[in-house]
Amino acid sequence: MGAKDKAVRKPREKRAWYQAAFALGINAWLPSWFKGEIFQGGVKGVCVPVLNCYSCPSAMGACPIGAMQTAFSGLRFNLSIAEKKFGLYVAGFLGAVGSIVGRMPCGWVCPFGFIQELLHKIPTPKVRMPRFMSYFRYVVLATMVVALPLLIVDEFGYGQTWFCKWICPAGTIEAGIPLILLRVDLRPLIGFMYYWKIGLLVLFIGWFILSRRPFCRAVCPLGAIFGLFNKSSLFRLAVDVEKCTLCDKCYEDCPVEIKIYESPNSPDCVRCLKCVSSCKFGAISYEFLGKREVARDLRVKSPASS
Amino acid sequence: MRRKLPWVLLTVFLGIMVAGLLFGEYKTVLEKAVTVCLDCIGIG
Repeated sequence: MGAKDKAVRKPREKRAWYQAAFALGINAWLPSWFKGEIFQGGVKGVCVPVLNCYSCPSAMGACPIGAMQTAFSGLRFNLSIAEKKFGLYVAGFLGAVGSIVGRMPCGWVCPFGFIQELLHKIPTPKVRMPRFMSYFRYVVLATMVVALPLLIVDEFGYGQTWFCKWICPAGTIEAGIPLILLRVDLRPLIGFMYYWKIGLLVLFIGWFILSRRPFCRAVCPLGAIFGLFNKSSLFRLAVDVEKCTLCDKCYEDCPVEIKIYESPNSPDCVRCLKCVSSCKFGAISYEFLGKREVARDLRVKSPASS
Repeated sequence: MRRKLPWVLLTVFLGIMVAGLLFGEYKTVLEKAVTVCLDCIGIG
């Protein structure tokens, strides 16, 4: 072990508390719930690194996927009037976060990932999601977030936010249902789209109960973007092949069902670091800004305990 | 090179983000974020 190496000491078992605290922190404007309005403060232009609908009454930040679709859907109109708005702020924000920690926000602070983990705790028979389905999130990103908002436009050159409109269950949970409950004036507008989104949400909830974080793995376009940075981010995971016994304990505990010893910086990894603490051979470590944290080899007894 | 790549990417993306801010994109995001997104609700 090098001079910079330290035994793992972070309380990963408290990850759920971080997830809950961040979910509440970015949705902290509670007075909106009583007024039936959404928070309109000036800080709401700040993107959050998670899927969190900005139409949630108490949301205090902007969903980067919603903001990105808005940028693409207005790009052709902006170009037609020589307006310099290309979505650089959102793209730069996502790239900067990804360059630092990769997909770590998915594992530690995403409210929608947290909801999926909670629902998966409901005791039912569980189903492993086929691995090929994880490629579907790139299709969602390329079509619903980029291509369709950019290509299908009205007579003024404006497109639509296709992912928000047709798929996003986070929007339905955080904004669709609460706002319809709070705002009587919106109820007459309910139609096919609303029932479509409610039906889709019910299907997703069933999937969350049966499989581990299926939305993150198969659908989430934000996870798809951050995942592209996993192999090149400042934060990195590593596996010591000499210590690894291929016991698959990390695979059993992994919330996204990956074999970390095959690809320590897989685009699917949400970097919850559960594998680091579950490996009793101390084979998995992570590195950030030159400091490497290694899991303690639990087979080796410390002098104090002997 | 592998150790430098994250720093290069971070610098590039921070530059892109700052360029977006200079073009006034923060205001665009804010304007969208402070209005009820009917698409997100499913009635747009």
